[in-house]
Amino acid sequence: MSTVVLLVFTGLGLGALYFLVASGLSLIFGLMDVLNFAHGALLSVGAYATWWAAAGHLPGAGTGGAGFVLAVAFGTAAGTLAAVLLELTVIRPLYTRPRDQVLATVGVGLAVPALLSAVWGADARPFPGPRALSGTFGLFGARIPVNRPVLIAAALLVLIVLKLFLTRTRHGLVVRAGVEDRAMVTALGTDVRKAFTLVFAIGGAAAALAGAFSGLYFGSVDPGQGTSLLIFAFVVVVMGGMGSTAGCALASAVVGLVQQFANYCTTAGLGDLSVVVLLAALLLTRPRGLTGRLA
Amino acid sequence: MPVNNRGTGTRRLARWWPAAALTALLAAPFSALPLPGLLDGPIGSPGNLQLMSLCLLFGALATGYDLLLGRTGLLSFGHALYFAGGTYATNTFMLEAGLPFAVSALLGLLFGVVLAALLGSVSLRVSGIRFSMVTLAFAQAGSILAERNPGGVTGGEEGRAAPADRLPAGLIGIEHTVNLYWVALAYLVFTLAAVQWAVRSPAGRVWEGIKENERRVEVLGLRPYGFKLVAFVLAGALASLGGIVHLLLTGGATPQTTTSDFTLSLLVMVVLGGSGSRWGPLVGGVLYTWADHRLTDLAGSGSVADLPAVLRVPLSQPLFLLGVVFVVIVRLLPGGVVRIPERIAVARARRRATATPRASARSASP
Repeated sequence: MSTVVLLVFTGLGLGALYFLVASGLSLIFGLMDVLNFAHGALLSVGAYATWWAAAGHLPGAGTGGAGFVLAVAFGTAAGTLAAVLLELTVIRPLYTRPRDQVLATVGVGLAVPALLSAVWGADARPFPGPRALSGTFGLFGARIPVNRPVLIAAALLVLIVLKLFLTRTRHGLVVRAGVEDRAMVTALGTDVRKAFTLVFAIGGAAAALAGAFSGLYFGSVDPGQGTSLLIFAFVVVVMGGMGSTAGCALASAVVGLVQQFANYCTTAGLGDLSVVVLLAALLLTRPRGLTGRLA
Repeated sequence: MPVNNRGTGTRRLARWWPAAALTALLAAPFSALPLPGLLDGPIGSPGNLQLMSLCLLFGALATGYDLLLGRTGLLSFGHALYFAGGTYATNTFMLEAGLPFAVSALLGLLFGVVLAALLGSVSLRVSGIRFSMVTLAFAQAGSILAERNPGGVTGGEEGRAAPADRLPAGLIGIEHTVNLYWVALAYLVFTLAAVQWAVRSPAGRVWEGIKENERRVEVLGLRPYGFKLVAFVLAGALASLGGIVHLLLTGGATPQTTTSDFTLSLLVMVVLGGSGSRWGPLVGGVLYTWADHRLTDLAGSGSVADLPAVLRVPLSQPLFLLGVVFVVIVRLLPGGVVRIPERIAVARARRRATATPRASARSASP
């Protein structure tokens, strides 16, 4: 029982991380048809910026309490800024060439981790998490790391905020309409490009937040972390049905849980493989993903 | 008209340049000519032959990969899987089953083909960018498997060296580098011929149709799925053959060839050179491989170490420079490096501002 509880929390914590990465990816793809290969790079930017701030380089930021919140805020802001820059300098000039947009993000996705490892080294850096989040607590006889429920709560919060933004605000309306039919929205006289930048900013913020939390989850940051998380986020996006936030959340939870349980029940490492097997099985039975949406 | 004459003259010359390039490649190992800046020392030295073999191998590999990207419009992110599959399977048959190289290579190729057929048939159930993501997921699974070292077969993060006693004697040792060069050149010629034959076949025309408009192919009564699968398996077969050549060239299997970065570098090669053209991927592969090696040398050289940190730090990362160059190419040079002469010609024609309708039509077309 206690193992099951621990595995559920660990799996959902990992799923929360996947959701943070995949939600932005899915929105960007749904709206712009751009598969953002630089999304992992944005995650790394967020992770390193948080680490940099928490390590004492930013006045007021630190490893504990409000200082850590400030560090995470700084990391998220850095990721958001990087996303906006990416959209304005790389994506927007290639507006009429969707495939080239994808290719350009591939280039950015190669260059940014290389730059990070040039500046801070290719090895993993220990992530200074706050003491309040580094302990464990007991539940049904299991010792659960505190950061797992925090991660899940953060992902739920992002899910709720995203849902409210998409359904309750005018900008959200434009984004949703753009996801459904970009040509129609443009024809009605709305500037979809502003919505692009906005969605990129949101996606970048979520990815950078995921970077900060991946530091907590794994206890370290390294330049390749973003890319490896990105691949599972891709799996989540495909499984969830592209452009659907709810499908994304569901698929994230499923993927995280399957991975953790498979890792426990078989030898370590098979969890990653089981996710791919799950993906193949889903494609064979429901090629349109869990929610059945055609992107 | 003199302009027209010169045009056909250069065109006639252009038709013969592949033969000239092949002659140069055949003569290269016997040449002691130094190419300062391009290569370190005389052309025929073992180190340079090794680099040139790698350049040829990756040129061929990119050409095979472009069968999917440039010819059929399939953006696969899992090509590394079939390349590494050929390498690892061949090596494993030699190491674990004790089979001779030729048999192992055949079985390795077969392994790559079966793997491509199996995974291709699943991933082609979705199209567009989701196909890309699914192929990436499969390749990632392969990469994880290779790094976890199941049963001690793959050697984990160190990879495994090929058994010297199973390889043909003429293909081992630094004095036989020239033989490996011939193998790489043969693989390149074979790949170029295979790709050229395939795209000119009836299936090749369907691929082109799928790339332009898949729906229209369907309306014509053809099932794109089967044609795409054939392209996928053929590209996978060429990749695993390349993996076997790579095993010979580097003397072992390394997990670096299984990573998604490896596929992405193939993509960079193709786009750098020019996707969908006959020579583009080859040029891109050669350029990329050469730049990658020379940049690594440059990064380790003294002149870079003396630079201020702002320049030294990015210059020490070849992948950073290649990534930036890639973005610039995509942004400023659609069609890749092979389109440069054409672009210059167009720009010249425009500057000459000739009144002939043909010239203006040509300059307007791209």
